[in-house]
Amino acid sequence: MAWPALVAFTVFGLVPLVGVLVLSFSSWSGLTQDVPFSGLDSWKSTLTDPGLPHALLVTFLIMALSWLAQTPLSILLGVFIAAHSRYRSVLAVLFFIPLLLSQAAIAITYKMLLDPNFGLGASLGWGFLQQDWLGEGNLAIGVVIFVVSWQWIPFHSLIYQGGVRQIPVAMYEAAEIDGAGRVRKFFSITLPQLKYTIITSSTLMVVGSLTFFDLIWVLTAGGPADATRALAVDMYVRGFRTGQMGPASAIAVILVLLGLGLALLLRRLGGRDTTESQLEGI
Amino acid sequence: MTTTLDSRKRGQAAHIAPPTPRRRSKLGQYNWFGGTAGWLWLVIVMVPLYWIVITSFKLQADYFSTNPLVPPAKPTLENYRFVLENHFVRYFFNSVIVTVGAVGPAVVVSFMAAYAVVRGSAVSRFLRTVNAVFLMGLAIPLQAVIIPVYLMIIKLQMYDTLGAIILPSIAFAIPLSVLVLSNFIRDIPKELFESMRMDGATEWGTLWRLALPLTRPALVTVTIYQGLQVWNGFLLPLILTQSPEQRVLPLALSAFQGQYNINIPAVLASVVLTTLPILVLYVVGRRQLLSGLTAGFGK
Repeated sequence: MAWPALVAFTVFGLVPLVGVLVLSFSSWSGLTQDVPFSGLDSWKSTLTDPGLPHALLVTFLIMALSWLAQTPLSILLGVFIAAHSRYRSVLAVLFFIPLLLSQAAIAITYKMLLDPNFGLGASLGWGFLQQDWLGEGNLAIGVVIFVVSWQWIPFHSLIYQGGVRQIPVAMYEAAEIDGAGRVRKFFSITLPQLKYTIITSSTLMVVGSLTFFDLIWVLTAGGPADATRALAVDMYVRGFRTGQMGPASAIAVILVLLGLGLALLLRRLGGRDTTESQLEGI
Repeated sequence: MTTTLDSRKRGQAAHIAPPTPRRRSKLGQYNWFGGTAGWLWLVIVMVPLYWIVITSFKLQADYFSTNPLVPPAKPTLENYRFVLENHFVRYFFNSVIVTVGAVGPAVVVSFMAAYAVVRGSAVSRFLRTVNAVFLMGLAIPLQAVIIPVYLMIIKLQMYDTLGAIILPSIAFAIPLSVLVLSNFIRDIPKELFESMRMDGATEWGTLWRLALPLTRPALVTVTIYQGLQVWNGFLLPLILTQSPEQRVLPLALSAFQGQYNINIPAVLASVVLTTLPILVLYVVGRRQLLSGLTAGFGK
């Protein structure tokens, strides 16, 4: 009974995984049916291309900054929502709506909201908002990080909410008897107890951020001047826009290795299977 | 009379009852810091959504002359008419075909595989390996294999068809669906399976008559979650289709935005129309959808 699923997954999941490695040794243009092989050429040109360090830098920058932006807020919101009351569950319901929108829809919306001529800033006449958000490199990366956070903080705060609800109440009661205040309780009990949740959530954020594509592509198309050209975008442009499937495949291989490496690293940090504790607190 | 009252109460309790008893409330004062952050975040989440909705009811001329955060004095459906007249219905049905065509088969084969893995992996090394393969599949990002998938679709002569989106979508829905469903099937007491076998039921019969009804909540969760993924999918349609006839909604949005860049209200009306089916689903099956999203860890 496992056969249909196994076949389907092997054909379009495992075979392409091997295929991408094979194609990284080719000089396929994407336009022909035959694939010409060219040994290590694609790898050589990819690894010596200054575009690769740049794409890696952009990827890590977005990864690190979006982690920094999302984690503290998600923990804070998770702790807040974890305490029960009806209006907080209403909040949680509303928080979740951004996750339902497609990244294309979100990117289009923000592109229009931030338009220097027709967007919110221009219409309201707020100088602060009236900048060329997507036309200037650092600002564009900031926008990407903001939009990612806008979509994903609700999800991560839900994970943290689950984590917080696992903490034994007795710990708080004991701390209270010892005279600990709210802040003290947060830093001495809540945060250490959330260790595994933090690792789970961070793994998802970090590994997930490697594959950001839809959002960046629709929002900035990697621009301005490659400022937001992260690895997945770089792969797409090289492969499907300039017809260099070999180097694009090499980048895809790098993506897989990076993802695996980061997941293993974070798992080692946690010392526990990171796929646990996902369904808690729902 | 009593039965209706009873069942209504039970239904309500199932809906509202919090998963754990309230406890923080008795532990001291209101969390002002978290509360402020919570409300602030709500504003950040809601302002763009509010802006999308109110703007979609404004005439283009009014959009430029009125405060963007004030609802239109005379709401108009003009933008919706415009969008619907610009092939929206075709794109919508393309999305429906792709979503149903991918999620239906994916859930059925995943359910069968999950059952086999749970029931058979204790005795069969092969099924243990199969399970490991699916678990490994969770780590494969779609982006990484898109180039070979593109090549395969060309070789299969399926480029620029809806089937080209459907086939890889099925494959990529399988690992997570198997994981969630097998976790659920594993919780079914062994005695139930044994008594089914004593009664002479085949594995196939046990699958449909015992496992299926007991797994229904997980099946709904998986279906909704994968449906959301496929409905919002962008990369596969972008790479595997080309002509406007095969366009699905996320791609149509992007194309529409390029074409009618200046007509902000119309583009936002198309965003609303694209999201509406999901919002309806969210309102109906919120709990299922939330657990599905967290089970899927989002990506």
